Amino acid sequence: MAEEEKQVTRHDVEESRSLFTPFNMIAGIFLIVGVILAFKRFTGGLGAVTNLDHNNPWGFWIGFDLLTGVALAAGGYVTAACVEIFGMKKYHAALRPAILTGFLGYSLVVFALLFDVGRPWRLPYPFIVNQGVTSVMFEVGACVALYLTVLFLEFSPAALEWLGMKKVRKLAIRLTMVLTFLGVILSTLHQSSLGAMYLIAPSKLHPLWYSPYLPVFFFVSSIAAGLSMVVFESTLSYKNFRNKMDEEHKKSRNAITIGFGRAASLVLAGYFAIKIFGVALGNHWNLLFTNMGLWFQVEMLGFVLLPCFLYAIGVREKNVKLIRFTAFWTVLGIVLNRFNVSLVAFNWQLPMEARYFPSWMEIGITLFIVTVGLVVFRFIVTRMPIFYEHPEYSTEH
Amino acid sequence: MSTSRRKFLKWMAAAGAAATVPEKLSAHEHFTGYPDSYGVLHDTTLCIGCRSCEAACNEVNDLPEPDKPFDDLSVLKEKRRTDDKSYTIVNKYDVEEHLRSPVFRKFQCNHCLEPACASACFVGAFTKTPEGAVVYDASVCVGCRYCMIACPFDVPTYEYNKALEPRVMKCTMCHPRLKEGKLPGCVEACPMEALTFGKREDLISIAQERIRKYPDRYVDHIYGIEEMGGTSWIYITGAPYEEIGFRTDLGITPAPEFTSGALAMVPIVVGMWPVLLGGIYAISKRKEQIAKKEKEDEVTRAVNENQAKADENLKNTKEKAQKDQEFAVEKAVKKALEEAEKNKDSGKEES
Repeated sequence: MAEEEKQVTRHDVEESRSLFTPFNMIAGIFLIVGVILAFKRFTGGLGAVTNLDHNNPWGFWIGFDLLTGVALAAGGYVTAACVEIFGMKKYHAALRPAILTGFLGYSLVVFALLFDVGRPWRLPYPFIVNQGVTSVMFEVGACVALYLTVLFLEFSPAALEWLGMKKVRKLAIRLTMVLTFLGVILSTLHQSSLGAMYLIAPSKLHPLWYSPYLPVFFFVSSIAAGLSMVVFESTLSYKNFRNKMDEEHKKSRNAITIGFGRAASLVLAGYFAIKIFGVALGNHWNLLFTNMGLWFQVEMLGFVLLPCFLYAIGVREKNVKLIRFTAFWTVLGIVLNRFNVSLVAFNWQLPMEARYFPSWMEIGITLFIVTVGLVVFRFIVTRMPIFYEHPEYSTEH
Repeated sequence: MSTSRRKFLKWMAAAGAAATVPEKLSAHEHFTGYPDSYGVLHDTTLCIGCRSCEAACNEVNDLPEPDKPFDDLSVLKEKRRTDDKSYTIVNKYDVEEHLRSPVFRKFQCNHCLEPACASACFVGAFTKTPEGAVVYDASVCVGCRYCMIACPFDVPTYEYNKALEPRVMKCTMCHPRLKEGKLPGCVEACPMEALTFGKREDLISIAQERIRKYPDRYVDHIYGIEEMGGTSWIYITGAPYEEIGFRTDLGITPAPEFTSGALAMVPIVVGMWPVLLGGIYAISKRKEQIAKKEKEDEVTRAVNENQAKADENLKNTKEKAQKDQEFAVEKAVKKALEEAEKNKDSGKEES
């Protein structure tokens, strides 16, 4: 065991020596450009880097960094619920990577909000100065803040094992069940509330996307997003960090892919059904063959129904490659849905010249934020027991 | 639901308990504005598009100098909107089908009775004052711009080009001036009396009176009495509203009602999720325990079976060994006896 540890450390040293890998070079460019853009943003205001205007106050950052970011970070609560509450212990190896992805995801969401809100230093104001409890955003803010704390605590055992702080770790482990329950409750609330934020603007959001069910749509699709993201993340991690994975992790990899693929297929089927109910409730059938309606069909058929079937076929034929591709496709579908709600179908009635399109600098800052996330992810998984069990604690479950 | 509650209240009253129950209880009763609150009536048929209101607004609110001076009427050619440098603008609409002359229409905050912005703000920066104005407090604003998403009239604007203290900018109905007993800047400046300031109730009566007196001149609708639950600014006009920049598809539901249902689910989730998840946890735990017990039982049974077998084997072996031993003893005795007999015989022979 001790020898294995030594090997890991030696490997780290080797890795840090070869600084000019392609990943590092590209990441470096993104980071440098990002820092310059950040400087521009905080000295010139939002107008210096964004295409936002008085009609379109929310743009790429809200659509991608907030809405998509939170949905794709749902793997944490979904996996924790599966393993700890539903008792599916065979997916245990997926838990730590999922919690880490969730924790980093939410951290990046908050990091991105620092760019998007006008006065980021006031982010605690809704909680300490004046509580706007009638606002859906108050609920989103409160839940995200609390859930970030929960994810931090859920992630902490890995860090504490790395630091060798056994006593504190024991304390953190004891909190597991409470944290899992809290995580699922808080996630249910804010995943749905992100959709509920748009309930206040029925006159601006296209009727095919606007529905009193919006909060339910956002919650259910976040489950599909979380499941798919776990598979997607494990595919990428296996490609890049295979040497960090222990035998148990590698062995349960395919079982996790098939199990999560099966769950995702079912969730997408349910999601498709309630989306249809949404159209029926509003009686918007007549809109399906307008331009916006065709786009709605692309989303529904191409990015909900198609992955639902592909998942099912992949599970039936035990075709993990197909499931992995479908996971990637579903992740794209989530991006598309959140973009549609926040950008494409929002303000759809405005004339073309008054519509919003992101500036390259908004995308640049988003790339900067994602890169920061990837670098931190790599830092953590190459040091802490994420893909393997720490030898000193491996007998615990 | 509200009728049954009213009935219930009546019974309460009959029982003499009414004194303890406040009068306004029905959740579905509409808030129709603070009593005696103020508003402004904009009669587009009187507006000549002189932009005096824009100039006055700019002055009383200390807004920055405009790109083109206020006496330059060429700006009326474009469809403008309010921005962070102007709380109000006047647009010109050619509606030849209905009227010979163009229609001028003033934009500014409508000061909703139940404002979307105030409901949406997570730091409570917006207040509907008893005077009627919806005012904004920049000292708490975080700058999330959800008010701009929420407002059905696209009123709040943002200072996108300020790095340090960007504010949401919108018409205040000159609330500070109202407090001093003055008129809103735009109303005071209007040379045509296209703007009338007064108590909202009175303004509605005035508007109704004008429509009644001149039915040919006006469309028979007062915009703002019911739209989005009612606004403090109300409008009458001669052209169809949708052709002069009004949204006529907003409905009469006050904005806060769109989100109240979703917000009401929060405590339900907080209360019921632990029960639901706890139940699932208990079931999965019990399954696990049953599986564990079955495994244990199986192991015990197998162990016991083996034990019994082993015991029997041991017993058999022991018995066999004993038998063997007895047999051996017997045999030995027999042999000894035989030998003794033999010896006896040979002794006899010797002697």
